[in-house]
Amino acid sequence: MRELKVLTESLGLLGQDPAVFTDRHIAHMAADGHHVVSLHEIPGVTLEAKEEGGTIISTVHIGKERHIALPVHLCMGITAQSGIQRIQTRLVVEERATVSFLAHCLFPHVESGEHRMDATIDIKEGAFVRYQESHFQGTSGGMVVVPKAIVSVAPGARYLSEFSLVKGLVGQLQIDYVVQVAAGGVAELTSKIFGRGHDRIHLKEAIVLNGESARGFIKTRVALEQDAYGEMTGIIEAHAKGARGHVDCREILKDRGVGRAIPIVEVTHPEAKVTHEAAIGTVDKKELETLMAHGLDPDQATELIVSGMLQ
Amino acid sequence: MALVDIQHLTFEIGGHPILQDLSLSIAEREIHALLGANGSGKSTLAYLLMGCEGYTTHGGTITFKGIDLTPLPMFARARLGMTMAWQEPARFEGLTVSQYINVAGPDIDPVPYLAQVGLAPDGYRHRMMDASLSGGERKRIELASVLAMHPQFAILDEPTAGIDMLSIQDITRVIQSLRDNGAAVLLITHQEPVALRADHASQLCGGRIIASGAPREIAEQYKKGRCVRCDGATCLPLTPAGAGAYA
Repeated sequence: MRELKVLTESLGLLGQDPAVFTDRHIAHMAADGHHVVSLHEIPGVTLEAKEEGGTIISTVHIGKERHIALPVHLCMGITAQSGIQRIQTRLVVEERATVSFLAHCLFPHVESGEHRMDATIDIKEGAFVRYQESHFQGTSGGMVVVPKAIVSVAPGARYLSEFSLVKGLVGQLQIDYVVQVAAGGVAELTSKIFGRGHDRIHLKEAIVLNGESARGFIKTRVALEQDAYGEMTGIIEAHAKGARGHVDCREILKDRGVGRAIPIVEVTHPEAKVTHEAAIGTVDKKELETLMAHGLDPDQATELIVSGMLQ
Repeated sequence: MALVDIQHLTFEIGGHPILQDLSLSIAEREIHALLGANGSGKSTLAYLLMGCEGYTTHGGTITFKGIDLTPLPMFARARLGMTMAWQEPARFEGLTVSQYINVAGPDIDPVPYLAQVGLAPDGYRHRMMDASLSGGERKRIELASVLAMHPQFAILDEPTAGIDMLSIQDITRVIQSLRDNGAAVLLITHQEPVALRADHASQLCGGRIIASGAPREIAEQYKKGRCVRCDGATCLPLTPAGAGAYA
């Protein structure tokens, strides 16, 4: 099937092993536009997907106390030069299960396209979820990508999310994630994005610490060069005793890049605490000079600092 | 011919003289200790030698291997064979210790250099050069990276600051190794046992070299808090930050 072949080949752009779609030990779901092109379940991982009214409606279920050894691959993309992809997905990880997801959003040849995702992620008590999402949105800058997610982290559960879009052009990206964290739960959201050309990036991530001793951390790393624009909003609310949160945003600008950081912290319990830090601008002078004292010129040093930050 | 030759160097910030008519020569394979109170101009001299941003001489000359350094940017000076280890080393997010040492050359094996600075290579080469390392660990890694460069001239700005007492010998051995490998070293330090490992020493006061000679003599004089030229009366540091340091 041509679509699966293109998606498979594109995995290499993200440094992933193209063999994941043929390995019977790895659960996966792959979709091109509104068509599910491949789906493979393994014990403990149930996958359902159907096309309905121009939208892919999918469910991913991880069984109670299941420990899934190899990451579950969720590969979404548009293999043509133009197209629209709409996805509604529900992901449920039952009590005390452990699982990692590698989500790939691939639009390698798109000149004009749109990807919209509405996800709900339900992480039950004591479960652990690592969700790594990597995007390649082509080199034309013609993609509009609008992912939204509502995540629920139950007592004692952990949710670690890592979003990466550092190759090619972004086009337009509008991320909107909200994570609700119950007592003793942990949510860590890390985003790394490289904007170039006329890319427009809007990243909004919110963690609401509702339960006692809940923990939240939002870490954003962005490089913007040429005429790229980025607006990063990190929100942490703490509403319970012992809740702790931190927002950390760093944006490196080059050329005519413009960056904004909007940290919002709200604390409604006297024994909770949320902190934030943001740095926007050129590369750190000391880092730059240290590398130049090792013989790198300013461009080489800047490239190394940016690539390290986005690694 | 001196490897590093500084003649009549002057530098000021906002009208305040920081270095005044400073002259100093360092020979090949010489370890030269520089002593002086806070604010006396030691780090400023280091930044001027290395060509850090904002540090351009207002008078005098600096040559390295006979080449005038003053018009050269920092990386060009490094490519001539000189480098510097900062008093407070930088952190690098996303870079491993090995990647950092490999900045000096992609084929460099970091293992022997980490071992030389007293760090177990297997425990450190994959560590990140970020806040997970202590200040002392970063200083050692900075020294390992200097060793890996095989420079002809290394400026070490207080290499033992923040290092535990038991490990200071490790650092002094590294300084000797630099010399054994052919480097001259400008060693900025406040610690007598470290200064005594130098071949020569100079004392800086108020932006001037006020004495040069055997390290033990200079260290003794420095410990007494006296400026031999002005007896502590007229040769005080001229910047507010350093005022009174010798009083």
